[in-house]
Amino acid sequence: MTFGTLIWANLRRRKLRTLLTMASFGSALFLYGILRALHGALYGGVELASASRLVVINRVSLTQPLPQAYGEKIRRVPGVVAVTSANWFGGVYQDERNFFPQFAIEAETYRDMYPEFVIPDEQWQAFLRDRQGCVIGEATARRFGFQVGDRVVLRGTIFPGTWEFNVRAIYRGTRDLDDTTQFWFHREYLEERAGGWVRGMVGWYVVRVADPDRALEVARAIDARFANSPWETKTEPEQAFTASFVKQMGNVQFLILTVGAVVFATLLLVTGNTMAMAVRERTGELGVLKTLGFTDTNLLLLVEAEILVQALIGGGLGVLAAGAVVPGLSRAIPGMIFHLSLPEVVSGVLLALGVGGVAGLLPALSAARLSVAAALRRV
Amino acid sequence: MVRLDGQGQGLIQVRGLDKVYRRGSEVIHVLQGLNLDVDAGEFVAFMGPSGSGKTTLLNLLGGLDRPSAGRIIVDGVDITRLSNSELARWRARHVGFVFQTFNLIPVLTAFQNVELPLLLTRLSRAERRQRVEAALRLVGLADRMKHYPRELSGGQEQRVAIARAIVTDPTFLLCDEPTGDLDRRSAEEILDLLVALHREFGKTILLVTHDMRAAERAPVVLHLDKGVLVEARGGVGV
Ligand SMILES: Nc1ncnc2c1ncn2[C@@H]1O[C@H](COP(=O)(O)OP(=O)(O)OP(=O)(O)O)[C@@H](O)[C@H]1O
Ligand SMILES: [Mg+2]
Repeated sequence: MTFGTLIWANLRRRKLRTLLTMASFGSALFLYGILRALHGALYGGVELASASRLVVINRVSLTQPLPQAYGEKIRRVPGVVAVTSANWFGGVYQDERNFFPQFAIEAETYRDMYPEFVIPDEQWQAFLRDRQGCVIGEATARRFGFQVGDRVVLRGTIFPGTWEFNVRAIYRGTRDLDDTTQFWFHREYLEERAGGWVRGMVGWYVVRVADPDRALEVARAIDARFANSPWETKTEPEQAFTASFVKQMGNVQFLILTVGAVVFATLLLVTGNTMAMAVRERTGELGVLKTLGFTDTNLLLLVEAEILVQALIGGGLGVLAAGAVVPGLSRAIPGMIFHLSLPEVVSGVLLALGVGGVAGLLPALSAARLSVAAALRRV
Repeated sequence: MVRLDGQGQGLIQVRGLDKVYRRGSEVIHVLQGLNLDVDAGEFVAFMGPSGSGKTTLLNLLGGLDRPSAGRIIVDGVDITRLSNSELARWRARHVGFVFQTFNLIPVLTAFQNVELPLLLTRLSRAERRQRVEAALRLVGLADRMKHYPRELSGGQEQRVAIARAIVTDPTFLLCDEPTGDLDRRSAEEILDLLVALHREFGKTILLVTHDMRAAERAPVVLHLDKGVLVEARGGVGV
């Protein structure tokens, strides 16, 4: 026998209570995992956004275009090292519900702007050679079963008509949360077929600066360059751009934090109370252990270990269950990337242990402080 | 030898022991300047009416409670001066308790209950097993090692408790009405066992009992009366 045997025997004495306590940890940690993934899905883009990229849009609104001729002018602003541009296409694949973002891109420069996206060279070359070619992110490709060589038909909304593309490349992300739902094609194809206003006009520019610390300065210089022109610009770091996008959803972060805090406070009270009951029930036995020479510290650790084991098993299973469910969320809610990383899982388990440790503190102290003589009179 | 005049030099020396309980304005003076000396290898029975303080005295001797005044010196150590954790370690080393209600841990087997105090020692697993088996054999329960307390009779439970008390080979045994919850036959078996421990293994035993027949088994019987001990029978020194 070891101390572990003793702890295990104590956990088995009321199996239902032990299971329910573990379930409390489990459900709280399951929720933690889901909230964590939701937070990542909403704000992950903000954290991933490159500090060295700026987004230049029309000052009036994101939906207003900018002249293509600005590209060259932006490139000459000091501190700028690369420029690319894109247009929003807004096509529908078979059904409105099958949403994924489509960009008409400036093919020669777009790939270099996003080193986090990886495309096999020969696929990229094939894309460059095919005017009707397109590049699809692996999440979207997997969702609809697109493969290199397939033909994809989109129904235009902003640019009416039936648009046909050849899948020439599939890109993947280098980080878990990288957005691999996008669909890119040549802006030349868009201009050629849509004609009209889109000729010579782009939706937005993406700019790489030499020094991320001076990004704001460069942004101001770009906006100043086009001040008082017919198309004034608004330049923001990619991070701020993505964040302002997320802000439209309201303060979800606060909501997530509040829900999480309430759940864990409840967990703390419930498990603390359960553990206090377990200790009270066992007052006599704890007294007996003291007569055998167990020290106050021995008993403190014994009680703490008992709740920590429950926190570890229950919490661990809960957060693993969340990890199992999260990929399904990404499929159920297209356009959002849910992901639970290993550090997040680990910190979840640590959180469970922390809550367990605190919840067990008062019961453990009362076990340690127990007067033997008084405890024995209660046997 | 056992003495009540506070002049002995033996294993256990109790000097001027006071224990006062206060509950609100009510003050209960249970022990009042009690003196006691017990040499190693003695077997002493304590009697006295209910509420006279027998359990209180035993708890103080075993370091489970603190006196209001006086000293308790065991083997040269004044245990009233030890800190809580020192006292716990002292108990583990020197005292074996046997209680009226057996006080086994219900979720542990007989073997594990006896092994419990050995967890606090540095003994290896094999050494622990050896000692536990020896102790259980001594109390005649070698064939019940895997039984849980609820699967044992009262007498058997108490024998497991005795095995647990002696497995660390403590300096002395403190038994508080160990036969109080047992029928006549089981009680006799337990008393036989205590007598054997005393005679054959030279154990020092302090036994509290209400039962005259139990007390008769001890060579020395003391009475606790009005907070001090008086001789009832046996070889008490001057
Ligand atoms: N924690 C306490 N607080 C107040 N009074 C107490 C406490 N513990 C014991 N007493 C009182 O001290 C006196 C002695 O109690 P003790 O249990 O030592 O008697 P006892 O001789 O063992 O009695 P019994 O034969 O019934 O076991 C009793 O009057 C009891 O009520
Ligand atoms: Mg008593």
